[in-house]
Amino acid sequence: MFDELRQLYQEVILDHGTQPRNHHALADATCRADGSNPVCGDMLTVYLKLNPDGTVADCAFEGKGCAISMASASMMTELVKGRTVAEVKTLFESFHRLCTEDGYVLDDAEEDADRLNVLAGVREFPVRVKCATLAWHTMNAAMHGDGEISTE
Amino acid sequence: MSDSMKTAEVLEGANSMLAFDVERVRADFPILHQEIYGQPLVYLDNGASAQCPRAVIDSMSEVYETYYANVHRGVHYLSQRSTDAFEGAREKVARFINAASADEIVFARGTTEAINLVADSFGRAFLEPGDEVIISHMEHHSNIVPWQLLRDRAGIVLKVIPIDDSGNLVMEAYRELLGPRTKLVAITHVANSIGTIVPVKEVARLAHAVGAKVLIDGAQAVPHLQVDVQDLGVDFYAFSSHKLYGPTGIGVLWGRFDLLNALPPYQGGGDMIQRVTLEKSEFKAAPHRFEAGTPAIVEAVGLGVAIDYVTALGLDNIAAHEHGILAYATAKLSAVEGLEIVGTAEDKAAIVSFTMLGAHPHDIGTILDRTGVAVRAGHHCAEPTMDRFGVDATARASFGLYNTREEVDQLVEGLMLVKEFFG
Repeated sequence: MFDELRQLYQEVILDHGTQPRNHHALADATCRADGSNPVCGDMLTVYLKLNPDGTVADCAFEGKGCAISMASASMMTELVKGRTVAEVKTLFESFHRLCTEDGYVLDDAEEDADRLNVLAGVREFPVRVKCATLAWHTMNAAMHGDGEISTE
Repeated sequence: MSDSMKTAEVLEGANSMLAFDVERVRADFPILHQEIYGQPLVYLDNGASAQCPRAVIDSMSEVYETYYANVHRGVHYLSQRSTDAFEGAREKVARFINAASADEIVFARGTTEAINLVADSFGRAFLEPGDEVIISHMEHHSNIVPWQLLRDRAGIVLKVIPIDDSGNLVMEAYRELLGPRTKLVAITHVANSIGTIVPVKEVARLAHAVGAKVLIDGAQAVPHLQVDVQDLGVDFYAFSSHKLYGPTGIGVLWGRFDLLNALPPYQGGGDMIQRVTLEKSEFKAAPHRFEAGTPAIVEAVGLGVAIDYVTALGLDNIAAHEHGILAYATAKLSAVEGLEIVGTAEDKAAIVSFTMLGAHPHDIGTILDRTGVAVRAGHHCAEPTMDRFGVDATARASFGLYNTREEVDQLVEGLMLVKEFFG
């Protein structure tokens, strides 16, 4: 019973969701953006520190929200460090496909990206896809200097 | 059907409801009898939209199948029948809230449009820069934003009555806010996010003592309480059909006729004019002055039948039944470890907002959904109220006339699953 719920709320998601990593402001961030989902009231700020060579030196976030949005944001901040802006963009696209496409999985060829596969359970919960992607959309906005985005 | 037959039927319905047979009531609502993800549906989102009984659904089909046409314009048979049904619905609404006449009933799209109508028309007619409008800290966004827009447009001053930690209006603070510049008090009758019933009669008496008018957002009140606008002593009262077991797309603005008739039109168009030349237009009297364009004819008929339905059950019987459910739910939910009820006023409608330690309301909502239980999770279009209680969101179970104690038990069982994940 409730297999899909158990698939969604896996231990690793609950762990990241209740104790998110890099959950703080970044004083020396080179760019940041605010993201919100007016439907559920989730609001978060993503901070990025980019190296001159275009790689991500550091990434952190502030804000509150559901377990899915917190876990996704937490895992994202860990995964983007060390990647180039172009690589992060590709990862975002892959992650988006993971959240929406049946059968799609990330492989581990590239630096732990497969860790995100635990979030694939969100596919069975279409209204929760925005929770999972909010942090990524916000980070994307930060990289493009947009400052503020809304998932509406 | 003759009137006496109708009366007999209504009486029979009323008598059978003396003990409020909830199972018989449930049989009237086709949508309730289904499974969601393999679990029996428990619909506890009535505060957002209540479901329609078969009589409402059938009445709307009947209009389209037998006598639908546009109203107020045709000389032909169908148009006259539609007009009679549409205006008949207006009379039902008038009786339902004890308006002095059907001419005091304006059909709008819903509560939101009704409040916007008052903000716009009353604002233009009666409010000068510096005049004050008072709202409360537990309003729905629809009774906040129109006044902020008016403030920015017309230079009025917006003041807010605070609420205490239980969710009661702080009456002493209200008395102090009232003054010579107060022109309107716009306040909810039942707070949608926390269920508080506001002492509207007293609010109106105090407002009138300083010469202010009173607008009540009754969206959450009319399904739960017998509303008598004359007894309440207010000046405007707004509500929606879809929270009263009727269809969406139609709602009501009631206003005292002299006041309503002193307001300029809200929107311009057909059906609201007396005469139009290319230079100027003359407008009809209230309520038609405020109903530009083709109205929601079929929905008005549906609303009328919804009113027949709750009237036959008896608002007092409904209130008693819901009060029993509220007391049961409050006790059961309070016993859940880590659960906190937000809004604990003594006088409450059947709405229970809550948070759970370690679980975000959005996650609570998703888990409950998989157990067949529909609740709302979020800020309930009442962000300032959430801020007041220091929460970002709550989960909200809002009960209706067809809910049962067994359904409360199913809700609590679902919350045990939430604890399994997040406890």
